[in-house]
Amino acid sequence: MTDTDIKYLLPEIPELHKIEVYEKEGGYEALQKALAMKPDDIIEEVKKSNLRGRGGACFPAGLKWSFMPKNSERPKYLCVNADEGEPGTFKDREILEHNPHALIEGTLIASYAMGVTTAYVYIRGEYVKWMKLLEDAIEEAYAKNYIGKNIAGSKYSVDIYVHRGAGAYICGEESSLMNSLEGERGYPRVKPPFPAQFGLWGCPTTINNVETLANVPVIIKNGAEWYLKIGVEKHPGTLLYGVSGHVNNPGVFELPTGVLLTDLIYKYAGGIRDDKKLKAVIPGGSSTPILRGDSIEGVRMDADSLIEAGSSIGTGGVIVMDEDTDIPKILERISRFYHHESCGQCTPCREGTGWMEKIIRRINRGEGTMKDIDVLRDVADNIEGNTICALGDAAAWPVQSAIRRFRGEFEAKIKMEKTVAA
Amino acid sequence: MATIYVDGKTYEVNPNNNLLHECLQKGIDIPYFCWHPAMGSVGSCRQCAVKQYKDENDTTGQIVMSCMVPAADGTRISVDDEEAVEFRRSVIEWLMTNHPHDCPICDEGGECHLQDMTVMAGHNYRRFRFKKKTYINQYLGPLINHEMNRCIQCYRCVRFYKDYAHGDDLDVFGAHNHIYFGRHEDGVLENEFSGNLVEVCPTGVFTDKTLKEHYTRKWDMTTAPSICTHCGVGCNTIGAERYGSVRRILNRYNGQVNGYFLCDRGRYGYDYVNSEDRIRTPMMRQENGELESASKELVLNTLKEALKSKKNIIGIGSPRASVESNYALKKFVGSDRYYTGLSDTESKLVDKIIGILKNAPVRSPSLKDIRESDAVFILGEDVTNTAPMMALALRQSIRQEPLKLVDMLKIPRWHEYAVQDTLQQRKGPFFIASVTGTKLDDIATRTYRAESDDIARLGFAVAHILNKDAPAVKKLNKEVKQLAEVIAGALKKAERPVIVSGTSLGNEVIVHAAANVAAALSKEDRRTNLSYIVPEANTMGVGLLGGGSIGDAIRGVKDKKADTLIIFENDLYRRANKSNVDSFLKHFKHIIVVDYMQHTTTQRATAVLPAGTFGETDGTFVNYEGRAQRYFQVYYPEQEIKESWRWLRDATLQAGHNDFKEWQNLDAVVGAINREVAAFRKINEAAPNSRFRIAGLKMSRASARYSGRTSIRSHENVHEQKPPDDPDSPFTFTMEGYSGIKPPGLTNLFWAPRWNSVQALTRFQEEIDGPLRGGDPGVRLIEPAQRFSFSYFTDVPAAFEKRNDEFYTVPLHHIFGSDELSIKAPWIGELAPKPYVLLNKEDAGVKEYNEGDEVEVQLSSGTWKLPVKISDSIPAGVIGIPAGLPGLETAILPGWSTISK
Repeated sequence: MTDTDIKYLLPEIPELHKIEVYEKEGGYEALQKALAMKPDDIIEEVKKSNLRGRGGACFPAGLKWSFMPKNSERPKYLCVNADEGEPGTFKDREILEHNPHALIEGTLIASYAMGVTTAYVYIRGEYVKWMKLLEDAIEEAYAKNYIGKNIAGSKYSVDIYVHRGAGAYICGEESSLMNSLEGERGYPRVKPPFPAQFGLWGCPTTINNVETLANVPVIIKNGAEWYLKIGVEKHPGTLLYGVSGHVNNPGVFELPTGVLLTDLIYKYAGGIRDDKKLKAVIPGGSSTPILRGDSIEGVRMDADSLIEAGSSIGTGGVIVMDEDTDIPKILERISRFYHHESCGQCTPCREGTGWMEKIIRRINRGEGTMKDIDVLRDVADNIEGNTICALGDAAAWPVQSAIRRFRGEFEAKIKMEKTVAA
Repeated sequence: MATIYVDGKTYEVNPNNNLLHECLQKGIDIPYFCWHPAMGSVGSCRQCAVKQYKDENDTTGQIVMSCMVPAADGTRISVDDEEAVEFRRSVIEWLMTNHPHDCPICDEGGECHLQDMTVMAGHNYRRFRFKKKTYINQYLGPLINHEMNRCIQCYRCVRFYKDYAHGDDLDVFGAHNHIYFGRHEDGVLENEFSGNLVEVCPTGVFTDKTLKEHYTRKWDMTTAPSICTHCGVGCNTIGAERYGSVRRILNRYNGQVNGYFLCDRGRYGYDYVNSEDRIRTPMMRQENGELESASKELVLNTLKEALKSKKNIIGIGSPRASVESNYALKKFVGSDRYYTGLSDTESKLVDKIIGILKNAPVRSPSLKDIRESDAVFILGEDVTNTAPMMALALRQSIRQEPLKLVDMLKIPRWHEYAVQDTLQQRKGPFFIASVTGTKLDDIATRTYRAESDDIARLGFAVAHILNKDAPAVKKLNKEVKQLAEVIAGALKKAERPVIVSGTSLGNEVIVHAAANVAAALSKEDRRTNLSYIVPEANTMGVGLLGGGSIGDAIRGVKDKKADTLIIFENDLYRRANKSNVDSFLKHFKHIIVVDYMQHTTTQRATAVLPAGTFGETDGTFVNYEGRAQRYFQVYYPEQEIKESWRWLRDATLQAGHNDFKEWQNLDAVVGAINREVAAFRKINEAAPNSRFRIAGLKMSRASARYSGRTSIRSHENVHEQKPPDDPDSPFTFTMEGYSGIKPPGLTNLFWAPRWNSVQALTRFQEEIDGPLRGGDPGVRLIEPAQRFSFSYFTDVPAAFEKRNDEFYTVPLHHIFGSDELSIKAPWIGELAPKPYVLLNKEDAGVKEYNEGDEVEVQLSSGTWKLPVKISDSIPAGVIGIPAGLPGLETAILPGWSTISK
């Protein structure tokens, strides 16, 4: 069996979403195993496995869990982030649809490891169907006593609740997610304090992405050693790559980390539509910096390689653009999204995202000036790193990278208009 | 203390504060918007960015928001770093993208924090080449103007309104750059502290709508430090004038009293000064029976006869007249012929209160003490309506107990949202016993609705649980007993409990019960804070001066054989039964009323002399706490308007008495009080005297930028007139004189170089959010005695028994309406309730009354026709009538009455 055959998130097993099938395939064995372990040993194992968060920031999951206070008189919470809102990203949806029990099992193991007795799944408002699927799965798990009082014959009790968001992208940001759960406006919180100390209702809280938690059962079941061998050691495991755009075979592919970006596009996603040339790729969801098509040779899909290539693995949502793509148009669409989804709390993002969108739209309309490009760049630079949450960066990176890597296209639009006018 | 490094310089700072706070404290200018010392940091505007370095070797650094970083030992930052400077400039550039740049027609212009910060942050040229966003403004009532287009989304308004004042009808709507701050629909802002939005808003979104009626720029107003005249709290204010009328009231920070805020009655009640009902000239009763204007000389000459023999004179002072005027009157007519002007009930209660505060093991707290209390028990007061700013202080107290958790978790108290996230719904113990629903019920742990004697019984019961030496309450029902246990338990656990009571129900046993609770809670090393609310600006002042009530005057008039009555600033009809006052006044040949407002009593006068309001005179008021505070004349009146004591001096001199010959100015009066009245031994410390100078200069009332001084009177004479002299204070009436930072009691303008808005305040504080430089003004006249002599009050009343045919009738106080003066401001009048009678639902059922039915309420003194309002919360057998509304003289309440249709 080669690396690329390992599929534990989306194995090709019919009806896996049903608990009987999941159990038959060895499901909930990891939970049984975990419940026999000391909670700290589970965290240690996850730390050893180098499991990194799949929500975009690649933060080591075990380390995150270890931040939770051990002897807290206050309740502790786990939030499962199923708010998957990043354009180009549609991987958690697959887990919810095809393998919800892996998420539930991972959630239960994580909860047990951190001493959490209540977990919330915050699911995006548009995922009505998937919420239903997850709720059914949770119901099954309750019925089999995997969730609830004294689960699986242990002394440990835990509840899982599903909470549907109202459709704001910002609520996928972990602190906004907590505010939203509390019934407040979905505004990000200033850190510090961090959620592990002051999260939901001011209590210790960990927020993990769906895919991250779905990775946990195999780590516990097969051990960290086994897991470390999949993909890249510093960022191991399989990833769900969602490939969209101008490819022949778009979809979600479960492959190890470190797969070649070119393989992903040409081998798995079937190559570019109509045999056109590749112009650009956004490798990890719309916020990650755009890469030039002629610069992706040898670029691998893992955290470190993509940083080196001048982008980010993000959520693994690969957006492929062929030679006919109008980059300033794409950027306008992306900027419109970040403008619309800016929460309005802090100044740079609230005012900057709208301004950037306006400038780009004007350039696209052929009314831009050369100075506009500099102002655009300037606004993006001033947003980056200076906002309460990462939405500011998410809005700035596409702009910065598009200007850096495709400046000619912007200039051409400005010049062309001048020529026509003349 | 901690050491921080700012641009290479070393500073000793308090590590419990954030960097912005400490930098401003040290005089380092960092622009900011969302941070407010009373409301903490939230990091949303991003304006206060600085560069932070890990250590001395770090040359790259990182941009941080100075308001969100603790001033921890060893912190290294740069304010001047190029990248930080550029980022701060860009923040203003963003904020300005949609700002209308309408400064010339904006009321905020010239005192706009946004203007100051724009200049400070260095944004000059506009790069935003798009249309600006516009909003629809809302009607927010008669007090506040709304202009959303100017908004820079700093969130201060909702943070004040919702988080600080607990209002629920102003909020933020929308998202991204389409954020809207307003109400869900047009309508009057419901919170009693809405006027603070005007000062909290860094630009012109929320502005003073009443100022619009007579708009003047900040620099063109003549200002003086003043004291609010609309209740007994004594908030410090700044009165501002131009062209002889008072234009607005601004908050004057006093760390011990009002802090940064005012209530809407205090901020907007000022217009009585400009009212048509003002008395502006001396008047004489003519032979035709009419009261007509006459020259000062003529009136004083005529009064010679009336004032000839002191033995024939009775003097009635007033709780709205200064200590100085009351003292002068008392000195002239003699102790046995001077009456304080308080109603019978009030006089009795105030004497009791002063006795308790002086002798019992309790302490009268400042508003700051109240803000910092960690358990509250209110007996009988609807504080929001009787002492509004005390209610705002009490609202802050509910955080104190839960803040222990915040401290335990080591969250800095200034980190506002983190504090809120931690506190969640946690509230400190807060108990209210009142006759009917109060406006603090929303934060109460438990409320208790009962007739006033029953409220006292609860208090007595709590005191007895706390200390068995306090008398027990007989026949207490189980529920009340349990409640008393709960209250006693919570108070006992508290470190800084406060008991609040007052005079508003006119019930003596409530005052006693409150004293018992506080005394029972006191320990050797800790006096319990006991706060008694009194109704008027100088109620405590006349109480300390001492004298009989109006009732005493009425009852004693036959024995006194007096034919002359001098009344200072008092409408007797508001304080005693009409028929009694009518027959009382008939005893006198001469009725000399010195006052600034026309009222029923002035209509009966034989001579009227125009006294001054806070706008035209100086004087001292003593607030509920026992704090003597000086107010200074704001402007020089055109007409013959003077302090009441000055009129008395002039009139008595004319009549051949030399008592006040030496009284050339206020200092002489204050000096005499200081020497002669033991209770006022410290009154001269209330403010600097008239000889006070800085660098040989008097203090200027007008700002250095005051315009039009040479043209303002050019229609009369092209030559500039000599400015009037002010013998009473260290102020000039013009821009001449010292205009820098004045001593705390003399602050008339918050301004500092680069800081034209009220945010300049940080430059006036010794410590941000702490005392003013040189100490908070005012002097406490009542401090707890070292050795107390107190025995528990034992007059536990019997439980209230409902009568078949009569209703116990209590006054219900209203922030807008119950105060004699503020209701003269048309916008306050607009907000005042119409007269009504509040009736329990059951009683209404028995009587078959419906909401709105007109009924006759008959008291011993007369009959009122009032529409019925039905309530769940007022106890059966009790009815309530709004206090002090014009035409509803409720001074005679409480009492029994009958109702019929």
